[in-house]
Amino acid sequence: MADTVGGADITVAKAPKFRQTKKGHVRKHVINVKVRNEIGVLARIATLIAGKGYNIESLSVGETHEPGISRMTIEVVGDDIVIDQVVKQLRKLIDTLKVRDITDVPHVERELVLVKVHTPTSRARDEVLRIVEIFRGKIIDVSPETYTIEVTGDEDKIDAMLELLKPFGIKEMARTGKVAMKRELFLEEGNTE
Amino acid sequence: MSRKGADIVIETLKEEKVDVIFGLPGGAIMEVYDALYRDGSIKHILARHEQGAGHMAEGYAKATGKVGVAMTTSGPGATNIVTPIADAYMDSVPLVVITGQVPTHMIGNDAFQEVDIVGITRPITKHNFLVRDIEELPLVIRKAFYIASTGRPGPVLVDIPKDITQQLSDVKIPSMDEVKRSLPGYKPHVEGNTQQIKKAAKLIMSARRPVLYVGGGAVNAEAQEELVELAELMKIPVTTTTQGKGAFPENHPLALRMLGMHGTYYANMAVYNSDLLIAVGARFDDRVTGKIDEFAPDARIIHIDIDPASISKNIIVDVPIVGDVKIVLRKLINELKRKGAKIEHPEDREKWIEQIEKWKKLHPLTYRNSRKVIKPQYVIEQIYEATNGDAIIVPGVGQHQMWAAMFYKYSYPRQFLNSGGLGTMGFGLPAGIGAKVGRPDKEVFVIDGDGSFVMTMQEIITAVQYRIPVKVAIINNAYLGMVRQWQELFYDKRYSEVDLSLQPDFVKLAEAMGAVGFRAEKPKEVREILEEAMKIDDRPVVLDFVVDREENVLPMVPPGKSYKDMILEDGKGAEAETMYLVG
Repeated sequence: MADTVGGADITVAKAPKFRQTKKGHVRKHVINVKVRNEIGVLARIATLIAGKGYNIESLSVGETHEPGISRMTIEVVGDDIVIDQVVKQLRKLIDTLKVRDITDVPHVERELVLVKVHTPTSRARDEVLRIVEIFRGKIIDVSPETYTIEVTGDEDKIDAMLELLKPFGIKEMARTGKVAMKRELFLEEGNTE
Repeated sequence: MSRKGADIVIETLKEEKVDVIFGLPGGAIMEVYDALYRDGSIKHILARHEQGAGHMAEGYAKATGKVGVAMTTSGPGATNIVTPIADAYMDSVPLVVITGQVPTHMIGNDAFQEVDIVGITRPITKHNFLVRDIEELPLVIRKAFYIASTGRPGPVLVDIPKDITQQLSDVKIPSMDEVKRSLPGYKPHVEGNTQQIKKAAKLIMSARRPVLYVGGGAVNAEAQEELVELAELMKIPVTTTTQGKGAFPENHPLALRMLGMHGTYYANMAVYNSDLLIAVGARFDDRVTGKIDEFAPDARIIHIDIDPASISKNIIVDVPIVGDVKIVLRKLINELKRKGAKIEHPEDREKWIEQIEKWKKLHPLTYRNSRKVIKPQYVIEQIYEATNGDAIIVPGVGQHQMWAAMFYKYSYPRQFLNSGGLGTMGFGLPAGIGAKVGRPDKEVFVIDGDGSFVMTMQEIITAVQYRIPVKVAIINNAYLGMVRQWQELFYDKRYSEVDLSLQPDFVKLAEAMGAVGFRAEKPKEVREILEEAMKIDDRPVVLDFVVDREENVLPMVPPGKSYKDMILEDGKGAEAETMYLVG
């Protein structure tokens, strides 16, 4: 059909579809970043993520087997599209060697938690001990009133154990933040490096 | 041979073939200035404010394509150059900024003139360094130049503590290979995915209403030849952003000139009605797209850019091609030629070109001239005439910037140097000085506003001192004109704090600083003072054009609105007209 466009004739093939700026799904992402262990690299990465208005849920950094190279696992809740942008910008940083969002890639993840639980009675001590055994944790410090427990696992396991310990009274807790690595035997298709 | 850190700085700069530094000394950088003095082979332009030095380095870089170098002291010297750094970051200008820092053992102690400039500039530099060891000093400086000038260019800051400039070392200047090897995470050279290029070629051949949308990336990659070839080969009209001006000659029949908020009617109509948009080294800035949901609603989009993070950032594209614009365009042309460069719908393409011609005739860039008052657009046209369209134009930011973009026709790349992304008022004069230093063979015309000019006007003294003959045309409407225009159009003429009618006598001001000043208050005087100004080539000239106070920049796409809401007339002596299009 012919239509008048801007004061002149032009054939418009179809009614214009208005371009959508895509909004993604908001969820938790796990991003692995391999970096050169230079001064300020952590600040650069944190600044970039904060600049998008996102809060880092957890972050763990440590050296790798390669000298001068560290690896970070970052957990951040955000819109898929914006996180994709963050990943691209992280790749642009001079000191990053490899950046990968492994949220949708089969991966293993572990976190270590230290938790100090109120255990004043022998009954409490018995029950806590049992929970710790079930979750294959360890008691690494004891006082007349408390047990300090160490446990590692994925998010579900740790959440479940903390839920069971809560009624006793958690006095203190420290979490390392997640470390994650993609599984080797699941070869994904069409991944974007 | 053992020498001071400061000497190593100068030695490395010479290795990088730096011929001029823009800067201002102070306590923490004195050793380097001493080395500069003793060496004597690098020219230094002493700015009167560090912001001036930064914009000069930008102007130099934008005009020449080389890395601009600026140097300041610590603390306030460093913070004063933050704005130019941010400006360079937004407009992808290759810049190396060297700042002095307090001695290493005092860092973090709130020492005199101490700021954490590396921390401050982290989000506005492509990369930055604090030098911690004299042994790494030459490598860091070379890395800074390499990072600044490759890939998507940008500013790099090197912060050097005073004690490092005083220590002695016999460290060698590293080779380029060593520099590259020290940056394993940085791979700036990308040639574009062949499959994607094939896809793009297919889309281009089958398009009925294609438009090329060209940004600063095409200038940085020096891709003007390829652009003209592609446009002519496939008969594609070309629109450019302010950064992309001159990458495609504006007097070419396929030129649509600028698009966006103050783009031409025909460029915006063409983009709005296109069925294929080929973005080349452009980033879909909001001043270009307007309301993004209604930007080129019917078009498929090919996006060629060196920066993967620019792709699908503001708008989802159909065919992303990450790569150097020049290389990708060359490959694309070869691919098209291999396929016979066939236009599959030649009739539609003919009609498209005809339609655009109609639009060009319907609403050309125009204004109502007057015999009584000077119209700002008239001044720009007269500058165009007086300079035979060959001058490098450097505007400040505001209405005059847009008039300079509209009423001067640009024919070669690096001819229109403006602060596009950050929109820094005060950019014009110092950037113009830098441009003239880099291109003494060209006439450099700063087209400034009276508001912009006073922000950095002290640099006239710098231009006088070094006999840098820039011309400065002040489009003087005694307002913060662009803000006033928005207040007129969107705030019911409540002119809140925009009146600049109390201002210095710009002619006397120029004279007080050792420059030449002229004033035009009537249209017939415009040409006269321009001709007088063109005769002067040993010092700067300030031309005060007293213009119609309430002239508006039109056409205009109101902020956050779509192209179809473009305002073509403001009702001053003519019917107000708003465009409604398809949809």
